[in-house]
Amino acid sequence: QHLPALTALSPFPEFPYFIHIHAMKVKVLSRNPDDYVRETKLDIQRVPRNYDPSLHPFEVPREYTRALNATKLERVFAKPFLASLDGHRDGVNCMAKHPKSLSTMLSGSCDGEVVWNLTKRECVRTLQAHEGFVRGMVVRFCGTSFFTVGDDKTIKQWKMETPGYGEEEEPLNTILGKSVFTSIDHHQKEGVFVTCGQQVDIWDEQRSSPIRSFSWGVDSFSCVRFNPVETELLASCASDRSIVLYDMREATPLKKVIMNMRSNTLCWNPMEAYNFTCSNEDYNLYTYDMRYLDKPFTVHMDHVSAVLDVDYSPTGKEFVSASFDKTIRIFPKDSGHSREVYHTKRMQHVISIKWSSDNKYILSASDEMNIRLWKANAAEKLGLLAPREKAAVNYSQKLKEKFQHHPQIRRISHHRHLPKSIYSQTKELRVMKEARRRKERNVRKHSKPGSMPVVTEKEKHVVTVVK
Amino acid sequence: MSPNMPAVEHALLRQRTTDLTPIRHLHCTCVSSEFLVKMAKSKAARKSGETMKITSSCETVVQGMDDEDNEELQRALADDIISASEDEGGSDDERKHCKLLEAISSLGGKKRKKLTERSEASIQVSEFTVNAEGEGDKINLSDLIGTLDKTPSALIKTKKQLKNLQHNQSTLETPLTRKETEKIQREVAFEKTSKEVSRWQSVVLQNQKAEQLVFPLNQEPSGPKRIEHVVAGWKAQTPLEQEIFSLLRMNKQPLHDPVLTPTEEASLRAMSLEEAKIRRAELQKTRVLQSYYEAKAKRGKKIKSKKYHRVQKKVMRKEYLKQFDEMVKTDPAAALEELKKMELSRMKERMSLKHQNSGKWAKSKAIMAKYDDGARKAMQKQLEVNKDLTQKLVIPADEDEEDEEESAETLPDFVNDVEPILDQVNPWMRGKLSTEPMMEESNRLDPPVWPREVGKPGEGQDEQEEDEEQMEETEEESLLRGFEERRKLRQTEDVKVAPMPMEENDDGKKAEILEISDYDEEAVEISDDDEEAGLSNFTSLFHGLVNHMEPPADQPKAGPGLRQGESPALLEEGLVRVRTLEDVELLSQDISTSDTALLTTQILGTEETDTQSATQQADKKRKKMIDPNEVLTKEAKVIEMPLAPTAVEDVEDKEEQRVIIKEAFAGDDVVSDFLKDKRKQEEAGRPKVIDLTLPGWGEWGGLGLQPSRSKRKRFRVKVAPPPPRQDQKLPNIIIAEKRDSSIAAHQVCQLPFPFEKPIQFERTIRSPVGRTWNTQNAVQKITAPKVVTQLGAIIEPIAREDLIKDNRQAVTGPSINLESDQGPQKKRRSQQKKQHKRKKN
Repeated sequence: QHLPALTALSPFPEFPYFIHIHAMKVKVLSRNPDDYVRETKLDIQRVPRNYDPSLHPFEVPREYTRALNATKLERVFAKPFLASLDGHRDGVNCMAKHPKSLSTMLSGSCDGEVVWNLTKRECVRTLQAHEGFVRGMVVRFCGTSFFTVGDDKTIKQWKMETPGYGEEEEPLNTILGKSVFTSIDHHQKEGVFVTCGQQVDIWDEQRSSPIRSFSWGVDSFSCVRFNPVETELLASCASDRSIVLYDMREATPLKKVIMNMRSNTLCWNPMEAYNFTCSNEDYNLYTYDMRYLDKPFTVHMDHVSAVLDVDYSPTGKEFVSASFDKTIRIFPKDSGHSREVYHTKRMQHVISIKWSSDNKYILSASDEMNIRLWKANAAEKLGLLAPREKAAVNYSQKLKEKFQHHPQIRRISHHRHLPKSIYSQTKELRVMKEARRRKERNVRKHSKPGSMPVVTEKEKHVVTVVK
Repeated sequence: MSPNMPAVEHALLRQRTTDLTPIRHLHCTCVSSEFLVKMAKSKAARKSGETMKITSSCETVVQGMDDEDNEELQRALADDIISASEDEGGSDDERKHCKLLEAISSLGGKKRKKLTERSEASIQVSEFTVNAEGEGDKINLSDLIGTLDKTPSALIKTKKQLKNLQHNQSTLETPLTRKETEKIQREVAFEKTSKEVSRWQSVVLQNQKAEQLVFPLNQEPSGPKRIEHVVAGWKAQTPLEQEIFSLLRMNKQPLHDPVLTPTEEASLRAMSLEEAKIRRAELQKTRVLQSYYEAKAKRGKKIKSKKYHRVQKKVMRKEYLKQFDEMVKTDPAAALEELKKMELSRMKERMSLKHQNSGKWAKSKAIMAKYDDGARKAMQKQLEVNKDLTQKLVIPADEDEEDEEESAETLPDFVNDVEPILDQVNPWMRGKLSTEPMMEESNRLDPPVWPREVGKPGEGQDEQEEDEEQMEETEEESLLRGFEERRKLRQTEDVKVAPMPMEENDDGKKAEILEISDYDEEAVEISDDDEEAGLSNFTSLFHGLVNHMEPPADQPKAGPGLRQGESPALLEEGLVRVRTLEDVELLSQDISTSDTALLTTQILGTEETDTQSATQQADKKRKKMIDPNEVLTKEAKVIEMPLAPTAVEDVEDKEEQRVIIKEAFAGDDVVSDFLKDKRKQEEAGRPKVIDLTLPGWGEWGGLGLQPSRSKRKRFRVKVAPPPPRQDQKLPNIIIAEKRDSSIAAHQVCQLPFPFEKPIQFERTIRSPVGRTWNTQNAVQKITAPKVVTQLGAIIEPIAREDLIKDNRQAVTGPSINLESDQGPQKKRRSQQKKQHKRKKN
């Protein structure tokens, strides 16, 4: 009889107070509304869960299936090619990233040069910078101007802004050099840039003659790069198969390492001051610690032809390489083999490559006058992700990582389609390598013990270190 | 001039560089004559004006010298003068002369000092209108020696030095070539830069290890800032604000960091956080313990089981006895008091009819006792209590008259434990068994073995199992006893290992081992899988028993001398056998008890040789009849046992062989183990009937109600038999059929790189990641990606400032002083740094 009165007292009439009448032994279910009522209607419904493992059996098989599905989906969604920027009338020889703007990119071809806008995928500005090849270009750290070097023995500085109507396209500065410059790089913070050709020259922007010149018994250099972290350090690749290190503050070079084959380009790791990777003619890339040049700490193999260019991702965890074998490969910085290979039917020898400074895209410039835009992560969804989407992506990523050693998942995630030529060449190279290995083993077996020391793969490629 | 002259000059120059006065020549009195001569010679090519000076000075010098020296010097000077006069003739002639001299000297092989050519006027007349004569020349020793006179103290020293220099023939080293200097420069520069670069090592490693890296680095933390930061950046500007702040300041209220007032801080300082924590933890612990004990007591009180309370009471009594013993030692008066109390209770008991089994309840129980085990036990208990209570207590003072029984009463652990077992397994009470009462004592030693050992051979397997079950129940009952028993079993197991070779030796039959093991085998066959462990215990015990009993039985058969000596040695070996550290520990614990147990068994064995061993032997023989070929499949008629040939062939080297074999097959019984293994695998591979019956569906359900037979039949699913085993016809081979090729395609066959043990890998696989198994936060934490980049954010290369920041942080540490003098700006930065680091970690 008292029940109605009690419910009337309760703030939620449908949930009466807990009633316990001793005489009758009546027990009423009661729930705390805090456990199930949403604060606002925008909140997600709260679903209480019981995490008792005995209630959720087969956790490993279920996760395995999820991982397998995630791996398959990743392969399904792996469509890395985004766009092709065509407009050059000759092979594209070099590119430059804009340090302040992600959407701007410069490219230099064998006959002139172009500035691109990436978001619109259109050419913004074209200018005839040099006669003949544009060998190298670099944007000043502030992003207001850029430098180019060409086959006509000149260094030119240009404004980034397009000239106004009626204005003539003229360089801000022109320096006439004694010989052809093959590469150029700019200091990270100061008005100093470096060129190489017959020697490595360090220039002040205000002067017309180099403030310092390094040469060390070499007649031509192919590439020179400033260290982005320890900004006074430089490294260059020379035609005598050597890589030479310099310090801008010293009068002499620091050290050089001579390898079996010539290195084409090199790139410093932007997050690790002492590591750099060089792309070599012998199909490999080598990552060195500049303090220990006597052997590279990782040899990256997979290309089947000379590697022409290399660029680090801005996170310093991976790098991308361009090769004469018409492919692009992405390597984790400490792994011997690539995690990804990009190719298209029409892409020819890739000459230059850049990793965009937001870590999302890769730009490749190739012989057949095109610049291609790729995703750095082939299966990644571009654009903003909803939080739940993000969580799902993270989860599937974690699952893939967890089950990566399982044969099925491994097989699926490692599967890549390759053009026939590259596939057969890879196979051939493998056979050759195996044969060489076998022969060496046999020779060792039949020679005096100790007379044929075991030379590791890392040691094989270095001839000597010159102090 | 001699080659060491420059060196001398050099030395002097070092000493007296300041003193280069024109009158220096006048003071060279003390230099040795030889020197002077040389100097004179060196002066030969000089100008005439100077030569005049020299002559005059030399004359003055010469006065104090020997005659011979004098003459020489005179001659030299004369030469000098002559040459000087010639010089005046013309500069051309002079030059020719010099050249001539040079040519001559070069012929002689000695290198002469090159004369400088003067072409500039400034050499003769300096800018400062000071005569700069001899500027082009090197400074000579004589030029410098002049000052020596002034400082006599330095004289002797200098002399010595000069002498040394004269003897020293070495020349200065030639400077390095350009190539070499450059190399050195390069090396130094490289060292420097590599050291500089190495500063990054820690940062690089830290980034590598970081669980999550968020790029771009050093972002401003988004989201609302903490109030302290906001307040710290704000300044009082309006007069009102300023007034308020001044008020606050006057009252010592915190301004920038609204955290603690000075008084609060003082109170904090009074007790450090650590202390407070420790104290709190202690308090918590005591509270928890208290509540735990309370709960335990409450729970214990609630338990209705009499059995439990009985056990509890017994424990209490034991405790009490222990305390009493203590009391006897420490406080005899109190002990006497206690004794009196006991005596009183005894008297009461004797007077009353309680516990006499004469009550109504007891009578009813007595009727039931025939059929009900529990009733029997209860009666027994009553009698026991009565016995205990009416027993006359012994005053500890007269220990000499102690009876054995009473000692048993006072001995707390061992004897008391065994007693109840005796009751429960009492053959008289069971009414089932019909063997001799002599066995009783041996039962006492190994109670769980008893029923099986002596059980009628005609009795079926089921009955045996029943017995076993009963035994298990009793074991459960006596909680404290169980451990003791297990320990004993373990010891006997150890004993089991040793006797095998001995037996073989005794009988000289190679098949002995096999037979015994076959007996083992059969035992295993009889039992279910679950009971296997218990059975192995049983067999081990059996072996132990047999071994102890065998020597007397075998003695008449075999030669007595050797074996008698051997058997105790082997026995010992068996006892002390240690393999692992755990064994060692167990050994140290139980050595005493096991010893006593063994001794008693031995004694018993001798006592009841005739009866017991007879039955045992009969039993054993029956078991021995089993042929190995019967156990094996038909094809296995010839089994090559590793033991067989060695035992037969080498009769002469028996001793050696025996030892070797004993060592090699110390604990293993290879053949039977193998057979056991194989049978087990076959058993496992056999399809099992799946029972899907659910009690209560379609019929009555409840405690103790079995689903009906028809239902059971209906829901029992029979699985199709698997294909025949590959090793079906190969008796001495086991081919594992565990590998399932359909599953193998999904299994990892090699341990992946970073893992060192399969367990680690399995653990990572086993722990689930998803939301189904983990809480939201845990999932977020687990699935956080290693590298996070922002869409459209430019990632700059790591900057040198980061390194400096990191280093500074490492030096100063993360603690932030709230009272520090640094401005608000600085403070904010430091806190940001902290946050950044936290994010990194």
